[in-house]
Amino acid sequence: MTAQQKATLQKLGPLLALVAVCVGLAFMSPVFLTVSNSFDVMRQVSINAMISFGMTLSILLGGIDLSVGSILAVSSVLAAMMMKGGYGAGLATGMAILAGAGMGSLNGVVIAKGRVAPFIATLGMMTLLRGVALVLSNGSPISGFSSDFFSLLGGGYVARLVPFPVVLMLAMFAIFWFLLTRTVFGRHVYATGGSAEAAKLSGVKTDRVQILVYAISGAMAALAGMILTSRLDSAQPTAGAGYELDAITAVVLGGTSLAGGRGWIFGTLVGALLIGVLNNGLNLMGVSAFYQQVAKGSVILLAVLLDRGRKS
Amino acid sequence: MKVTMKGISKSFGPVQVLDGVDFAVAGGEIHALVGENGAGKSTLMKILSGAYSTDGGGILLDGEAVTFRSTRDAEALGIAIIHQELNMIPQLSVMDNLFLGREPNRLGVIERGRMRGESAGWLSKVGAGHIDVNWAAETLSIGLQQLVEIAKALSLNARVLIMDEPTASLTDREIGTLFAIMTDLKSRGVGIVYVSHRMEEIFKICDKVSVLRDGHFVGERVVAQTGFDEIVKMMVGRELKERFPKREVAIGPVRLKVDDLTDDGHITGIHFEVRAGEVMGVAGLIGAGRSRILNTLFGVNRRVSGEVLLDGKPLAIESPADAIAAGLGFVTEDRKSQGLVLGLSLRENITLVHLKKYSRAGIIDRESEHIAVKDLMDELQIRARDAELEVKALSGGNQQKVVFAKWLAEPPKVLLLDEPTRGVDVGGKAEIYHTINRLAAAGSAIVMVSSELPEVLAMSDRILVMREGRQVAIVDAKAANQEQIMTAATEGLRAS
Repeated sequence: MTAQQKATLQKLGPLLALVAVCVGLAFMSPVFLTVSNSFDVMRQVSINAMISFGMTLSILLGGIDLSVGSILAVSSVLAAMMMKGGYGAGLATGMAILAGAGMGSLNGVVIAKGRVAPFIATLGMMTLLRGVALVLSNGSPISGFSSDFFSLLGGGYVARLVPFPVVLMLAMFAIFWFLLTRTVFGRHVYATGGSAEAAKLSGVKTDRVQILVYAISGAMAALAGMILTSRLDSAQPTAGAGYELDAITAVVLGGTSLAGGRGWIFGTLVGALLIGVLNNGLNLMGVSAFYQQVAKGSVILLAVLLDRGRKS
Repeated sequence: MKVTMKGISKSFGPVQVLDGVDFAVAGGEIHALVGENGAGKSTLMKILSGAYSTDGGGILLDGEAVTFRSTRDAEALGIAIIHQELNMIPQLSVMDNLFLGREPNRLGVIERGRMRGESAGWLSKVGAGHIDVNWAAETLSIGLQQLVEIAKALSLNARVLIMDEPTASLTDREIGTLFAIMTDLKSRGVGIVYVSHRMEEIFKICDKVSVLRDGHFVGERVVAQTGFDEIVKMMVGRELKERFPKREVAIGPVRLKVDDLTDDGHITGIHFEVRAGEVMGVAGLIGAGRSRILNTLFGVNRRVSGEVLLDGKPLAIESPADAIAAGLGFVTEDRKSQGLVLGLSLRENITLVHLKKYSRAGIIDRESEHIAVKDLMDELQIRARDAELEVKALSGGNQQKVVFAKWLAEPPKVLLLDEPTRGVDVGGKAEIYHTINRLAAAGSAIVMVSSELPEVLAMSDRILVMREGRQVAIVDAKAANQEQIMTAATEGLRAS
C-alpha cells in the first residue's frame, strides 16, 4: 500500500464511523432507516452542516470563527425586520446574507489587518453581535412572515420528497468541494493555512484570502439563519448560541486539522451527519437528554482518539 | 574510548536505509562522515545516539557489545549528539537548557545556585565563559547556542560527540571558534563524529573520513592521504566533472539598478547594478544586512528610501505580490518556513507562484498544471516518486530544487537567491549551479547571497561585500580571493 493510498484510507475513517453507527441504529430502531426519518435527520443536520462548511475554511486557515452563532442571529433579525417592514422575502433574504458576509469580513479585517488572533477577534465579535441582535429586536422574537417563498426555505420540499434545506445543503457541499479542490482561491486557502509566510513570499495575497474566508463563513451562518428562521417562522435574537461548537465538532470529526492547511469538506459533511444521526438515534431509542450529552461527548472523544491512533 | 559500529542495517517499511554499514570512531580523533543527502548519515548517527534501534549488526564500546534503548542510554555511556536544528527551548535561560530534564533539586525545588555555578563552569570549558547563564537561549546567536549545546554534552560526560552539520548557520568567525574548541576537545581525548557537506572544513579539521552512499559503507580514508576528488568520487559513485560548472554568457544591458536603498534600520545606502546574464554575489558576515537587501527588494520589509529600477523603469514594490508581478523571483534562505508549504504536495508548491498561468477565471486547469509540473520536475531533475508527495518527505537537495521550480514556470527578470545551496549535497549543488547558469543565459539578472565563499567566488561575476548594514566594496570575482573579501567584510569591526 502506498503512502497515498494509506492517507486516503485514513481520510475515510469518519465515513466508516458514520456507516457503522447507521448500521447499529438500523438494528436497534425499526424507524431509523425509513425514508422519512432519513430526510428528517438530514434536514436537522443542514443548518449545522452549512455553518460547518464555512467553519472548515477558517479552520483550514489555522483560524476559527466563534462568531457564527451571533452572525446567524443578527442576520435572522435583520431579515425579519425587513419583511415586517414590507420588503419582499427574496430581498430580505439576500440582504441578510450580504450582511452576514459583511460581518464576517469585519472579522477578517480585524484578523488580517489588525493582526489579532482569530480566536480573540471572533470571540469579541460573538459577544458584540449578540448584543446587536438583542438591541435590534429589542430582546423579543419577531414572528409570523406571510411569505410563501420564505416558508419554502426551511419547510419546502423538492419533488415532494426531499426537504429544500437538504437540497441546499448538498448544493453548498458541491460548491465548497469545487472551491477547495479546483480553484485558485481554494489552493491559496490551503497554502496560507499551511504556511502563511511561505504563501505570502510566493505572492499569495494572504490578507485578502483571510478576509474572504471569514466573509464566506459569515454568509454561510446567515444562510443557516434564514433556514432556521423560516422553519420556526420566527427570528430569535438568542438563536444560534452555541452553534459554533457544533460546527467545530463537525469539522474536527471530519478530519480537518485545527493547526490549519490540512482537511477537506467531505469530512465536514460526514462529521455533521454523524452528529445528527447520533442525536436522532438516541431520541428514537428514548434515551434521556442528559445521557444523550454523555453519549455524544464520548463519541467525539473516541472518534478523535481513534484518529490520532491511526496517525501515529 | 573507541566506538565501533558493525554491519548496521536499518529499514523503514520497505525502504532499506542502511545495509551492513561499518563505522568506527576513536577517542582523540575527529572523524568526518560524508555522503550525499539520503545516503544514510543521519540514520546511522541516530542509531549511534540511541534514537533509533538497529535491524541488524551491533555497536561495540571498547570491544564490548552494547544496546541503546533510548538517547538516555547512549548518553549514560558517553555518546552525545548535537543536532543541526539545535535542541534549545528559546524562552528558557541558558542554564535551564543546560540542565533540562536533570535539574539539580532538593525535594523538587531547583537548586539554582548550584545550577548557575555548574553551568558557568561547563561554559568556560568551551570558551564561552562570558555568556550570562540567566539569559534566555533565544538572545544568543546560533554560534553561541551551539557552544551551549557542546557544554551540555560535556556536562553529560560525553566521550564521543556527534556533530550534525554544526557550521551550517555559523559565520566564519564563529566557525573559527568552533574549530578551536573541537581541537581542544580532541586533545583531551574526546572522539568527534563530524557530519558536514563542506569539503573545505573536512580537510581543515578532520583526521579521518568515512563515506556512505545509498545506505552502503564505501570506505574510510585518512584525510592526510586523500584528496577532494577521491572523496567526491566515493560519494557520488562517479567522477564529478566540475564542482562549479562554467558559465559562458554574453552579459546584456542593465536589468536591475538599485540606488541608495535604505530600510528601517538594517541597511543604508545600498547601490548597485546587475546586468542581464550577470550574477552578483553578496558576501559578508551574518547580520551584515545581506539577506535584508533581498527582503527589501522583494517587498518583505519596508523600503524607507532609495530607488529600484527594472529595465530602466522605476518599481514601486509594497509586497511580494507586487515584486512577482514586476518579474522578480526570490529563493529564500529558510526553505522550511519561507520557501515551501511543507504539508502541501510537490505539485501544489511548484505551481503556487504562477497558479494563474494554469487557471482560467479562478478555476485551475488540472491538465495543464500536471504537464507543467512534470516538465519542471524533469528540467530540474527533482527526484521524487510522484508529484503528489508532500514536500516534507523529500531530501534537502530535492526540496531546494522544488523551491527553484516555483520560480521557473515563468523565468524571472531578476532572481534573488539567499543561500541557494544550504544543506544541499555535492551532487545537488552542481545541479543547482547549472540551473543558475541556465537562468543567467536566458537573460535573468541574479543576485546571490551566500555564506560559502568558494561558492560566491566561483559563481559570481562581481561580488558586493557588506559590513554592518553598509556596502563596503564591489569587486570583480575573477580577480578576488577569500582573504580579500573577508578583510573587506570584517575591517574595522570590533574584535569580540
